[in-house]
Amino acid sequence: MNIKFFISLFLCGALLVGGIALADGVANLRGGKDIGTEPDAPAVGKIEDKDLKRVRNYPEQPPTIPHDIRDYEVTKNANKCLSCHSRSRTGESQAPMVSVTHFMDRDYQVLATISPRRYFCNQCHVPQMDVKPLIENTFVDVDELLEQETSGND
Amino acid sequence: MTNSISKVWSLLVSIWQRANRPAKYLSIGFLTLGGFVAGVIFWGGFNTALELTNTEEFCISCHEMRDNVFSELQSTIHYSNRSGVRATCPDCHVPHNWTDKIARKMQASKEVYGKIFGTISTREKFLEQRRRLAGHEWERLSANDSLECRNCHSAESMDITAQGSRAATAHQQFLFTGEKTCIDCHKGIAHELPDMTGVPGWK
Ligand code: HEC
Ligand code: HEC
Ligand code: HEC
Ligand code: HEC
Ligand code: HEC
Repeated sequence: MNIKFFISLFLCGALLVGGIALADGVANLRGGKDIGTEPDAPAVGKIEDKDLKRVRNYPEQPPTIPHDIRDYEVTKNANKCLSCHSRSRTGESQAPMVSVTHFMDRDYQVLATISPRRYFCNQCHVPQMDVKPLIENTFVDVDELLEQETSGND
Repeated sequence: MTNSISKVWSLLVSIWQRANRPAKYLSIGFLTLGGFVAGVIFWGGFNTALELTNTEEFCISCHEMRDNVFSELQSTIHYSNRSGVRATCPDCHVPHNWTDKIARKMQASKEVYGKIFGTISTREKFLEQRRRLAGHEWERLSANDSLECRNCHSAESMDITAQGSRAATAHQQFLFTGEKTCIDCHKGIAHELPDMTGVPGWK
């Protein structure tokens, strides 16, 4: 018996198992509709606009945006976000100032103005929608981990 | 050549002399009434023409407007929103009261001249002029206390308890006190913005 025979046997088995699984109606992105029919688009969620800061899951997380940002232009011409969040604008807007990390270049050198790599805010900061999560989230907060650790040691 | 010019001239002179003579056969009543009717027709025609040019269809019959500002407007809240009420170009750009409207129309004649000579015939040329064009609108709206915005949005009717907290705070602190007007804070609500360096409030 040569090794090629075993490999092909294994592949056949894998195909068979895969085929059975698909026939059992494994969830796919088309929502069970066949390729010829257009599935209904899921409802578009509403942007949460409560103006209440959300708790960050870990200290380095870019905070999610707690307000609506419809039509806020961020281009090379204009940055609507900075018209409230820049250092000089916070007095009037009462918005939290972008933190000092936004002024740093990649050598952690603090610049006088927003660093170019932090200019396009939506790369890191996103608003949230009021919708049911598609899949369950198994994220465990670091405080919980610490707690588990200490209670385990007792 | 000179002969024909002098002929036309003498014709014009004789027409004027005739028109300038007191009416021999027509009653004063007929003249007054006739003048009145002619006036109404002229005035009506003038205002109708004015109204025809005061529609969005007219504004975007120029490709300069259709391809630049109109296509940008379409994604904004003033074109598509939950209540289905929308703002058209003249709602924001043409004053409602008559004298201001005429003044704006005279200004617009210059824009027609720009159209004919292709001042902004391409997207690139338009973007080059955008800072200047936007500046005119900002100036106009700050000078008239954002009158065109207020034709639809009245500060008196704003229920700030129904607004987001950022909106409520800003309106209470700066709008209701008269310290600022709509356009000071709401630039770029209908179109993309030009390069904002040097515009107060932008960084
Ligand atoms: C009109 C002023 C204004 C504009 C414009 C604005 N913000 Fe804000 N932002 C605020 C205020 C005020 C808060 C504080 C919470 C609140 O009231 O919503 C805030 C909160 C935030 C926070 C949460 C900070 C935290 O510590 O949790 C983030 C992130 C943020 N904004 C990002 C943005 C981004 C990105 C943009 C542009 C797309 C933007 N903001 C545009 C006023 C503004
Ligand atoms: C490369 C990713 C990135 C970009 C781009 C970025 N941020 Fe952040 N931002 C972060 C991270 C990470 C934090 C949290 C940690 C920190 O402060 O650095 C943060 C924090 C903030 C905070 C909270 C500051 C505080 O002290 O509470 C605000 C407000 C904010 N960002 C606004 C902005 C705005 C406005 C822009 C666009 C000009 C922007 N950010 C661009 C990553 C980013
Ligand atoms: C023809 C009437 C009309 C005119 C003129 C008008 N608006 Fe509006 N505006 C509306 C309507 C309608 C809405 C959407 C209301 C809704 O459904 O929430 C709106 C919404 C807005 C919003 C809310 C944006 C958001 O994302 O929630 C702002 C800000 C605004 N207008 C500012 C202005 C300013 C500034 C001007 C003057 C340059 C102006 N409007 C002129 C009718 C008008
Ligand atoms: C001091 C600055 C300022 C002035 C002046 C101002 N606004 Fe606002 N307005 C804001 C801010 C900040 C928001 C909330 C953020 C946003 O919608 O971008 C807002 C939000 C709004 C909204 C949406 C309300 C909501 O709850 O989402 C409307 C409509 C509006 N403004 C209309 C106007 C009109 C009309 C005027 C003039 C009569 C005006 N504003 C003057 C700062 C201002
Ligand atoms: C809701 C009000 C509103 C509506 C509707 C609107 N505009 Fe504007 N427009 C403005 C404001 C405000 C400016 C000043 C620049 C800015 O803040 O974006 C402006 C600027 C302009 C400019 C100068 C160049 C620029 O982009 O800054 C042109 C041209 C223009 N508008 C044409 C139009 C045409 C054509 C339409 C109809 C398709 C239209 N506008 C509809 C409010 C409006």
